[in-house]
Amino acid sequence: MNKQKTPPGSVNFSALRIGRVLPVIEVAVLVIALVAPWLMTSSPELITLATNILILSLLAISFDLCWGYSGIMSFGQALYFGVAGYSIALIGRDLGFSHAWGMLPLAMGVGLLLSFIFAVFLLLGRRTPTVIFVSLGTLTGAYAAERLVSGWQYVGAGNGLSSVKLLQFGGFEMVEGPAFYYLALALLFAGYLASRYIVRSQFGLVLAGMRQNEERLAFFGYRIQAFKALIFSFAGMLAGLAGALYAYHQGFIGPGNMGPGLSTTAVLYALFGGSGTLIGPVIGTFLIETISYVLADQDAIKQYWPVILGTVLLAVVVFKPTGILGFVLTARERIGSYGGRK
Amino acid sequence: MSELLAVEAVTKRFGTLQALDGVDLVVPANTFHGLIGPNGSGKSTLLKAIAGAHLPTTGTVRFGGRDITNAAPYERARQGMSLKFQITAVLNELSVYDNVLMALQAGESVWSLIRSRARARLRDEVMHALERFRLASRADELAGLLSHGEQQWLEIAMALAPRPKLLLLDEPTAGMSPEERRVTGELLMPIKSECALVIVEHDLDFIRDICDALTVLDQGKVLDTGTVDEIQRSSKVQQVYTTRV
Repeated sequence: MNKQKTPPGSVNFSALRIGRVLPVIEVAVLVIALVAPWLMTSSPELITLATNILILSLLAISFDLCWGYSGIMSFGQALYFGVAGYSIALIGRDLGFSHAWGMLPLAMGVGLLLSFIFAVFLLLGRRTPTVIFVSLGTLTGAYAAERLVSGWQYVGAGNGLSSVKLLQFGGFEMVEGPAFYYLALALLFAGYLASRYIVRSQFGLVLAGMRQNEERLAFFGYRIQAFKALIFSFAGMLAGLAGALYAYHQGFIGPGNMGPGLSTTAVLYALFGGSGTLIGPVIGTFLIETISYVLADQDAIKQYWPVILGTVLLAVVVFKPTGILGFVLTARERIGSYGGRK
Repeated sequence: MSELLAVEAVTKRFGTLQALDGVDLVVPANTFHGLIGPNGSGKSTLLKAIAGAHLPTTGTVRFGGRDITNAAPYERARQGMSLKFQITAVLNELSVYDNVLMALQAGESVWSLIRSRARARLRDEVMHALERFRLASRADELAGLLSHGEQQWLEIAMALAPRPKLLLLDEPTAGMSPEERRVTGELLMPIKSECALVIVEHDLDFIRDICDALTVLDQGKVLDTGTVDEIQRSSKVQQVYTTRV
């Protein structure tokens, strides 16, 4: 086959074109998510699994905003998730209140406030902090919180809080099933759209520049620490929302839902799917949780699953740092374009 | 002429190394001031002390009458100071257009950035900055694909785009061909009506052609300062350049 040559001096338009793979993947995932419950009507436990995946995807997106878009290596996303979950569980238990219009914004506020407090200590110093400093700071925070609740009887100590009061939505009590699935999907969709709007805005351009050369941006007049603190707090807010949904859906929240274990899992969801894409972490969550679910019934394999998972993820990080989406997305499309001549 | 930048008795020590030793420098508005001297004389360190990349050990830096000695780089930039690094620091993974947009939108509020309110408004300014540095036809290409000389021009375009009062250029023609140096001189001359310039450059012919005044540094101290003609006649400067350069 004759390969068409580009005449000397002419513009190579294929090099200029921004790929359009990402929107196709986003729409495909949305369509699949919308029809999924109809395909699982005979198996309620699959709807429960799917709902869990949607909720954890929100947590994975919150990590992606930190690392994939802002270069903040946070091992503390589960902290905001867990504290928000505990908050709604305690209010339900002690005050008997669980209306969605009050509790979901409250959970978001808890995540926002707590992550902002961490941002003040970890990100808002005079100089921009190192990745190691932030990752160790967030890891320590999550670990300390997990240890604290493990020994605190008021919050159930090591047993956590079970029988979380059901979420009231309008006149309905939201139990596991298609209704909760669509509520989780709607909130994931809203969180995704808000995140997408931010990372594709001129604010997102600053984040893209920050990832490449923080010092250069400071000399333009950007206070990098403030941008990091803002996106970190927004991500904490999404993690808080996910934590509340998780507690309502599972009817339980425990120390393991706020420690380094879940925080690291969120990191893996995002890196496996493809960080810095938003949809990658959703796909990563789906794949890891689905494979975990399938292997849970395979006695011969399930005990080795953590080892298999760890090996696969190590391979992804070493050989394909852009994750699974890196196989279909160009770097140009992943990074994006924020303006143009037209 | 009004004084824009005043560096007073600035010293900078790195451990036991005295990189700057009591340096004074005055740059009036809308003038081009060159910093020359042998390698290791402290030129780039002085530029970084002015820009805020290094804080002086002692001494004062004033800009537009305000003491900015300990101000962070972003605060200096917001007051009208702009820097082009010695090593090109364009954002390789972004388009040429987005690089300039990044520089131009730095003055916008966070809320405006989230709403992308300035995206359409700044389009003409971005293209004007690119046209000025002969990069308009490459606006949609990745900055990392530009030649070295073009990346240097892009950096100067980015540094100039926010209309600074003072532009700091660290070796803008390093690695350029003679033709690219000539063009760079042509591109820089018209900005004298817009802002002052402090430039570190090894190419003495280039710096002589564009600067109004020169300061010669040697071993962290000011050896001499004056107009280009005065420096050319200075016996102290001739001695340093004939014995060490």
